[in-house]
Amino acid sequence: MTREQIRKTEGFVALMLSTCAALLGLFWLVFILGDVLLHGIKSLTPGLFINDPTPPGVDGGGLRNAFVGQLVITICATLIGVPVGVLGGTFLAEYARGRKIARLISILADIMVSVPSIVIGTFIYAILVRPIGHFNGWAGAVALSIIMIPVVLRTTEDMLSLVPWTLREAAFALGAPYYKVITQVVYRGAATGILTGILLSIARVAGETAPLLFTSFNNSFFSLNMKEPVASLTVTIFQYAMGPYDNWHEQAWAASFVITIFILMLTIAGRLIIKWRYK
Amino acid sequence: MATKFSKNPVDTIFMMITAAASFTVIIMIGAILYQLLHESAPAIARFGVWKFLSSTDWNPVTESFGALTNIYGTFLTTAISLVIAIPVAIGIAIFVTEISPNFLKGPIGVAIELLAAIPSIIYGMWGLFTLSPIMSNHIEPFLKKMFGGLPLIGILFQGTPMGIDILTASIILSIMIIPFTASISRDSFNLTPSVVKESAYALGATKWEVVKNIVLPYSKLGVFGGIVLSLGRALGETMAVAFVLGNNHRITTSLFDAAATITVTLANEFAEADNDIYLSALFYLALVLFVMSFITLAIAKFFLLRAERKYSR
Amino acid sequence: MLDQIELRVKGLNFYYSGGVHALKNINIPIHSNQVTALIGPSGCGKTTLLRCFNRMHDLYPGNRYEGEIYFVKDNILSSSTDLIALRSRIGMVFQKPTPFPMSIFDNIAYGLKLKGIKRRAELSERVEKALKHAALWDEVKDKLSASAYDLSGGQQQRLVIARALAVDPEVLLFDEPTSALDPISTAKIEELTEVLKKDVTIIIVTHNMQQAARISDWTGFLMLGELIEFDRTEKIFTAPSEKLTEDYVTGRFG
Repeated sequence: MTREQIRKTEGFVALMLSTCAALLGLFWLVFILGDVLLHGIKSLTPGLFINDPTPPGVDGGGLRNAFVGQLVITICATLIGVPVGVLGGTFLAEYARGRKIARLISILADIMVSVPSIVIGTFIYAILVRPIGHFNGWAGAVALSIIMIPVVLRTTEDMLSLVPWTLREAAFALGAPYYKVITQVVYRGAATGILTGILLSIARVAGETAPLLFTSFNNSFFSLNMKEPVASLTVTIFQYAMGPYDNWHEQAWAASFVITIFILMLTIAGRLIIKWRYK
Repeated sequence: MATKFSKNPVDTIFMMITAAASFTVIIMIGAILYQLLHESAPAIARFGVWKFLSSTDWNPVTESFGALTNIYGTFLTTAISLVIAIPVAIGIAIFVTEISPNFLKGPIGVAIELLAAIPSIIYGMWGLFTLSPIMSNHIEPFLKKMFGGLPLIGILFQGTPMGIDILTASIILSIMIIPFTASISRDSFNLTPSVVKESAYALGATKWEVVKNIVLPYSKLGVFGGIVLSLGRALGETMAVAFVLGNNHRITTSLFDAAATITVTLANEFAEADNDIYLSALFYLALVLFVMSFITLAIAKFFLLRAERKYSR
Repeated sequence: MLDQIELRVKGLNFYYSGGVHALKNINIPIHSNQVTALIGPSGCGKTTLLRCFNRMHDLYPGNRYEGEIYFVKDNILSSSTDLIALRSRIGMVFQKPTPFPMSIFDNIAYGLKLKGIKRRAELSERVEKALKHAALWDEVKDKLSASAYDLSGGQQQRLVIARALAVDPEVLLFDEPTSALDPISTAKIEELTEVLKKDVTIIIVTHNMQQAARISDWTGFLMLGELIEFDRTEKIFTAPSEKLTEDYVTGRFG
C-alpha cells in the first residue's frame, strides 16, 4: 500500500471507531430507558397512586405516601434552595461583579455541585437529625436544598452575566436605584435562563436518594408531618428493590418509571425553553 | 464595576441579603468540614490517621475499624470505570464534532444530556435487575473461560460470577460517567479555531490527522479537566453502585468479587450503626470521602479554568 | 523561460450550500512563477475563488463547483482528484497566523511527517531550508524547540509560510496574509513574495490595493462574483479598460 493509502485507512478505522462509540452511547440510552419503560408500564396501576403500602408480603399495596412525600420534600427543598440560589447568583453577577470574592465563591459553588450527596446526608444527620432525636422530613428537605443552592446560584450568575451592561445603564439613566434595576430590568431579561436553571435543579434533586437515606428516611404510612420521617419515592425504590418480594420489585419499577418520566420531561422542557427563547 | 451607586437604604439591604445568600456556599463547606471532623473525632482519637487509612479491619463487634477496604473499592471501581468510559466518551466527542452531519449534532447532544439526567437510582435498578443477570449468566462466565486460565490477568477473573461484583458496578459507573466526559470534551474540541484546522487540511492532512495532531493537543487541558471532573463524580456515586456491589469489606483481586466503597458502606450501614464508635468511624469515612472528592474537583476546576484562559487569548 | 500558464480557470461557477451563487463564469489564467493578485470590494468573491484552487470548500457540505480548473493538464475540480495530494502541491497561508500547538521545528516538519519523512537528518535539513526560504531562519535557529506561540505575529506568519514551503509546493495561495500584521512585518512579507516567486507560483488575495500594485505581476478585479477585468498589474492600475475597475482602483468606491 502506498503511504497515502495507509493514512487514509488509518483515518477511516479511527473515525469508524468513533462512530461506534457514539452508537454505543446511544445503545445504552435506549437500553436503559427502554427497560425502565417496559418494566414500569407493566406494573403501573391506579392502585399505586391511591393506596398506601400494605404490610410486607401482602399484596395490593400502593405508594401514595411515597409519591406525596417525595412531592412535599421536593417542594420544601425548592422553596429553600431556589431563593437562596437566585439571590446568591445575583450578588456574584451584580454587586460583586469582577471582584475576587465573586470568583472564589463561583469556583467553590462549582465544586459543591459535584460533591458526593451522601456526605451531605451525613452532615445533615449530624445537625438536624441527631439533636432532634429522630429522622424528619425537614432534614431531608434541607439536605436537598444544599444540593440545589450551588446549581441555581451558578446558572443564575451565568444568565445574569449574559444580560448586556447597556441595559442596566439605560435603567440607571432613568434614575432607578440598583436594586430596582436588578429586579425590574435585569431579572426580566434573564428570566427564561434562570427559570431553566431552576427546572434543571429540580430535576437533579427529584431523583436523589442518598441524601434522604438518613435524613427523612422513610415511612410506611401516609404522613405529611415534616417533623417526623417522611416517605419518599427514591428511598422506597431502594428498600423495595433490595427486598425479597416480587410485588415490591414491581412497585419499585413502576416508581422508577414515574420518576424517570418526570425528570426527563423537566430536562426536555428546560432545553426547549432555552431554544425557543434564544432562537 | 458595581460599587455603591446610591445611598438608597433598600439598595444596601438588598445587597446584604444577596451577599449573605452567596456566602452560604462558603458557610456550607466550612460547616460540613467542621461537623464531619467533630463527629469523627472519637474515631480519629481511637484509630489515628495513618492506622485508620491503612487498616483493613471492619468489625462492629470488636469495634475495630479501618478505611482501607473502602478506599480500595472506591479507587478500583472508579479506575475501571474511567478506563472504559474515557475512550468511549472521547470517541463520542470526535463523532459529534468532526464526523456527524449537522442535523444530527443537536439530537445527539440531547441524548447525551438525557443520559446524564437519569438519576443514579435508576441506573441502580437497571443494574440490579437487568445488567446483573446478563453479567452472571453470559458475560462473566465467558470472560472467565477466555481469560481465567491466563497467567497474569487470570487473577482478575476468578471466583463464581454472581453478577453482584466489582465488574458490574464498574460498568454501570462507566455508563454514568460517559455523558460528562463526552460533553466537556465536545465543548473543548469546538474551541479549536477553524482557521487552524483549515491550515492543517491545507497541508494535505486527512480528517483523522487533523483530529489527532491538532484538535486533541489543542484541547488537552479541557479534556483532562473533564476527565478529572468525572473522576470526582465517580468517587461520590452511591446508588448506582450500591445495588450491585455487595458491600463486602475486603481487598480482593478478582473482578467477580463483591467489595465495598465508602459510599456504599455509608448507604448500607449508616442507619444501622448501633454504637457510638461505629457511627464515628462511619463519619470518619465520610470525612475521608469529602476531602478526597473536594481535592479532585478542585484540581479539575483548575484545569478547566486554565483551558478557558488559554482559548480567550 | 517562456511565460507558462500554471493554472487555468475555465467557466468556473461556485454555489455555497443554500444556493448562493458566489462565483459567476470566471475565466483566469495563472502564470507560472509570477504573482497574481485578486482584488475587489468586500464580498466580491476573491477569497471564495482562492479557496477553489485547493478545494477548501469541500470541507463544508453543500458547496458546489461548476466548470474546470486545469492544473497543467488535470482538472482539479473533478471528483476523482486526490485532495490530499493536491493540497501538498498547492499550499495556503491564511489571514491570521495559525501556528499549530507544537514547537517551531515540529510546525515546519508537520507537512513532511504527513508525507512519511521520518529521518531526523532529512527533516532538519528541510526545516532549515524552509525557514531560510521564509527569511525566518536567523531569528529562530537557536530556539527551534520553543513553542511557536512564543513568536511575534509577523514571525508566526513567516513560520506558517515556511511550513507551507517545506513540502515544496508548486503554488502558494495567500489569503490576505498581512492584514493582521504591523507595517514592518507586512513589508518583510512583501519582500519575501518577490523572492519566493522564483520557485513558486503565487496567488494573493488582498484588499490593500497598494500592496497589489507593489508586489503583483498580474491582477484580477472581481465584483459581486464576476471577473470584471484581468490584465498585467501596471495596466490595471494605470490604464484599466473597464470603468468599474478604474473607479475601484482610484478609490471612488470600495
